[in-house]
Amino acid sequence: MNAISERSDAVLRTAMPQKTADFWFDVGSLQEIPVRGSRRVKTPRREIAIFRTANDEVFALENRCPHKGGPLSDGIVHGRKVTCPLHNWIINLDDGEATGADKGCARSFPVKLENGRIYLDMSVAAAP
Amino acid sequence: MQAEHSIKKKLVVVGNGMAAGRVLEELFARAPDRYDVTIFGAEPRVNYDRIMLSPVLAGEKDFDAIIVHDDAWYAKHNISLRKGEPVVAIDRAQRTVRTEAGDTVPYDALIIATGSKPILIPVPGAELPGVVTFRDLDDVNAMLATAAGGGSAVVIGGGLLGLEAAAGLATKGMKTTVVHLMPTLMERQLDPNAAYLLQRAIEKRGIEILTAANTQAVIGDSKVEAVRLEDGRTLPADLVVMAVGIRPNVALAKDAGLEVKRGLVVDDHLKTSDDNIFAVGECVEHRGQCYGLVAPLYDMAKTLAATLAGEEVAGYTGSATSTKLKVTGVDLFSAGDFSEGDEKDEIVLRDPSRGVYKRVVLRDNRIVGAVLYGDTADGGWYFDLLKKGTDVTKMHDTLIFGQAYQGGGAPLDPVTLVANLSDDAEICGCNGVCKGTITQAITARGLTTIDDVRSGTKASASCGQCTSKVEALLMATLGAGYAAAARKPMCKCTDLTHEEVRGFILSKELKSVPAVMQELGWKTSCGCSSCRPALNYYLLCAWPFDYRDDPQSRFVNERVHANIQKDGTFSVVPRMWGGLTTPDELRAIADVADKFKIPTVKVTGGQRIDLLGVRKEDLPAVWAQLNAAGLVSGQAYAKGLRTVKTCVGSEWCRFGTQDSTGLGVKLERYLCGSWTPHKVKLAVSGCPRNCAEATVKDIGIICVESGYDIHIAGAAGLHVRATDLLGHVATEEEAIEHVAAVMQLYREQAGYLDRVYKWVEKTGIEKIRAAIMDDHEGRRALVARFEASQRAVRRDPWAERAAGRELHEFMPLAALNIIMPEAAE
Ligand code: SRM
Ligand SMILES: Cc1cc2nc3c(=O)[nH]c(=O)nc-3n(C[C@H](O)[C@H](O)[C@H](O)COP(=O)(O)OP(=O)(O)OC[C@H]3O[C@@H](n4cnc5c(N)ncnc54)[C@H](O)[C@@H]3O)c2cc1C
Ligand code: SF4
Ligand code: FES
Repeated sequence: MNAISERSDAVLRTAMPQKTADFWFDVGSLQEIPVRGSRRVKTPRREIAIFRTANDEVFALENRCPHKGGPLSDGIVHGRKVTCPLHNWIINLDDGEATGADKGCARSFPVKLENGRIYLDMSVAAAP
Repeated sequence: MQAEHSIKKKLVVVGNGMAAGRVLEELFARAPDRYDVTIFGAEPRVNYDRIMLSPVLAGEKDFDAIIVHDDAWYAKHNISLRKGEPVVAIDRAQRTVRTEAGDTVPYDALIIATGSKPILIPVPGAELPGVVTFRDLDDVNAMLATAAGGGSAVVIGGGLLGLEAAAGLATKGMKTTVVHLMPTLMERQLDPNAAYLLQRAIEKRGIEILTAANTQAVIGDSKVEAVRLEDGRTLPADLVVMAVGIRPNVALAKDAGLEVKRGLVVDDHLKTSDDNIFAVGECVEHRGQCYGLVAPLYDMAKTLAATLAGEEVAGYTGSATSTKLKVTGVDLFSAGDFSEGDEKDEIVLRDPSRGVYKRVVLRDNRIVGAVLYGDTADGGWYFDLLKKGTDVTKMHDTLIFGQAYQGGGAPLDPVTLVANLSDDAEICGCNGVCKGTITQAITARGLTTIDDVRSGTKASASCGQCTSKVEALLMATLGAGYAAAARKPMCKCTDLTHEEVRGFILSKELKSVPAVMQELGWKTSCGCSSCRPALNYYLLCAWPFDYRDDPQSRFVNERVHANIQKDGTFSVVPRMWGGLTTPDELRAIADVADKFKIPTVKVTGGQRIDLLGVRKEDLPAVWAQLNAAGLVSGQAYAKGLRTVKTCVGSEWCRFGTQDSTGLGVKLERYLCGSWTPHKVKLAVSGCPRNCAEATVKDIGIICVESGYDIHIAGAAGLHVRATDLLGHVATEEEAIEHVAAVMQLYREQAGYLDRVYKWVEKTGIEKIRAAIMDDHEGRRALVARFEASQRAVRRDPWAERAAGRELHEFMPLAALNIIMPEAAE
């Protein structure tokens, strides 16, 4: 019944839920992601890409392109979309769906912005 | 209920600002006799329209003209007005308030309407005389007093208040500078395009604007003398206005133990955590939201007044807000959410000749945001549609033209549309060319292409935005006789070709992406992943010292200076100048491969070594170690110089005529680091046997007894093409000079993503030969421009990143190792 967070060699920040019912983990500040950019958050089960749009909205998708697993966090962000760096599929940031003729979906995760800090719902992000 | 009316309840109001004034007005309209009202105001005057302080500062209005309630009004409603008497404490148990002077006044119901306080940035010198904020009449009077003596003013903050203050001070004759922390003005209300137009308009009034500028200190002995910025610049100042934001004024409420977060927390009936205390205006936080504009507080005032009047009301649910800037001559409107959009959920209209920019953002066929600049007549209409959540599917195609255009039939195709225009309808706004002039020129002079029309009539020759209209006119006039030329627009965001955009960037001196998009009438607000990298390159090439590179407009390889692989790892290719290496370099590469467990080490087709499968996080450390052995980035990822392949040449080979290896090394050192439209590969062969395969390279040199044959436009990739001979030179120096000139001409002329051979085929080898081989002065000028641009880039990108630059590219934001509680399973 406990939540622990641990440092690995790449850890920049660790976080702990405030209450047991509170799985919103502080993963960093908005300022740490470039405008129209993305950063990765590593979790034991998966890597998650957090995106920041030109207007400071944040979105979280599994960092795997539905096409062949390309790291979406390395793509070019435009509008509410990201272009995958491997073969240029264009993925919607809000629901992870591929656009145009391409079919596939990157899983999206609840994320919120409060007072300049980004919170990821680990009850979903860490679930299978 | 009746009984309660026999003695009136005591209503006490703390704060006599805009919110309090509105509540009382609404209350007296509903229940004129219900309360005995006492109102305390810290300011020594009646209630006035605070937003009109800007026109007062600019000298357009005087104080009397902005009074909302004069003394007579208070008298008429039997209100006890206590001007200049701040309340310092609330005793909730006793239900009393205490004033600064020590007077205690009881209440049955209390309203807190204390507004907000300007934020003072905590820099040294912030407390010096001459540093003011912009909140009340005293601030305005202080500014006017200083302005009367002339001198310079520095306004810190480029938001609504800061710009209104700056405009006012400039009108009063002060030399005014705005210092803004963010890259664009009013970034919370405007997108970068509207901000660009706004900045231009403000600068036209002689106000200097410094963006991305951080204030470090205010300097002065007994009064302010200057402002120092973080980058070392010092701005002289007789007056400093801090307009960086506001904070809800909640000290009194907090001391009284009321629930306070960012603001004083209220429910939908504006009640605080104490049943007898209400709050309204900028001091409150409602559903997590604090407001800084008047419209929400008018909504709140209605609800609160009705509640106090004993009416059953539905409650306040929050307000949508819109912004207008009150600077005479600047027309600007913004409302709602205007996050970056794309063709699907935004409609953009630009009219460069009139300086108009309009953008409406849609979500699920409803307006969620609007930004208008230069023509704000329809702001209210859009805002209304936004607030009502009206489905705009039916008017989608005419929405951006405004309310006046609604109700028409089905939209017409562009050709029919121009065909239906009258002859005096203006087609080209920049040069004032109307339809008749163009059609006449087409028929009378036999014009058949856009370029003909441009040179014949000037139409579409300035910003190019009417190109599609001119094209439609050609079609309408010539019918089947018009063969649409092979004009390929850059992308769906514009009708202009790459070459046209490059031309305009130079001729109109456009130095930023928003400038290009506005002045050339881009059809989207922020471009797409196809035009953004191209514009970034064009601007970098045209203004190597003025333009700041935008990494977010670059492909990941160019951002992280390595090549992404299919599994998300990267490959690292150090330079091996001219294909030469040393035992030490090879050892360093071997050590790096061992240390970082790099799975594959491969010799490339470009005569160097590729380390494949490097983890992104390891890149800075890998580079640091390679750097230590003298190895720098081979830029195997760049739209720039890749490799210079060489053969052994005269140093060893029995057929070698010149030192091809040495020349290759010199060329690679001279040309590397430069950004080009596409990648550039060179080779130098020591004799016509051509072992370095120079005749399939972008630029190839074949050494011969009498000197050097310079070839260009080879290719051996998707398309195989042997080079064309450009010319022959006698010496190595000349060879290098000619190659640099070719590089620069290619940089300046080619469309983004055109390899050298494509550019040569489009331009014609003759033209290029004339420019490089025959025009000696022109060639030297090209070389000079090339060298100038090289000064801006000759740094090893790996060294910079190993030293910590753009660390965010390589490190995860966070790494969490969590065991979730069972409850979550
Ligand atoms: C590593 C290398 C293959 C090798 O193991 O030998 C290679 C690898 C790639 N080449 Fe290449 N090319 C390599 C030499 C070549 C050569 C031979 C040469 O340079 O002499 C050619 C033909 C010459 C030419 O360019 O005309 C070549 C023609 C291409 C093309 C076709 C370009 C064209 O316009 O036709 C592409 C695709 C592109 O650039 O759009 C390409 C693209 C690529 C990319 C970047 C594909 C990609 O986008 O991921 C590969 C990157 C792998 C990596 O991470 O390193 N590569 N590629 C060679 C690196 C050379 C170097 O040291 O920098
Ligand atoms: C220069 C300027 C231009 C503006 N332009 C616009 C605009 O164009 N559009 C727009 O929508 N909004 C604009 N605003 C914002 C707008 O003025 C505010 O939203 C509005 O005034 C807030 O009203 P309020 O009653 O909450 O606070 P205020 O109007 O600030 O009133 C609060 C009052 O309470 C008094 N007070 C504080 N503490 C105490 C105490 N303890 N005891 C007694 N009295 C106290 C203060 O002295 C003040 O007079 C502008 C503001 C400024 C300063
Ligand atoms: S030829 Fe070039 S692009 Fe194709 S697989 Fe080989 S390295 Fe990759
Ligand atoms: S893996 Fe993303 S487009 Fe192929």
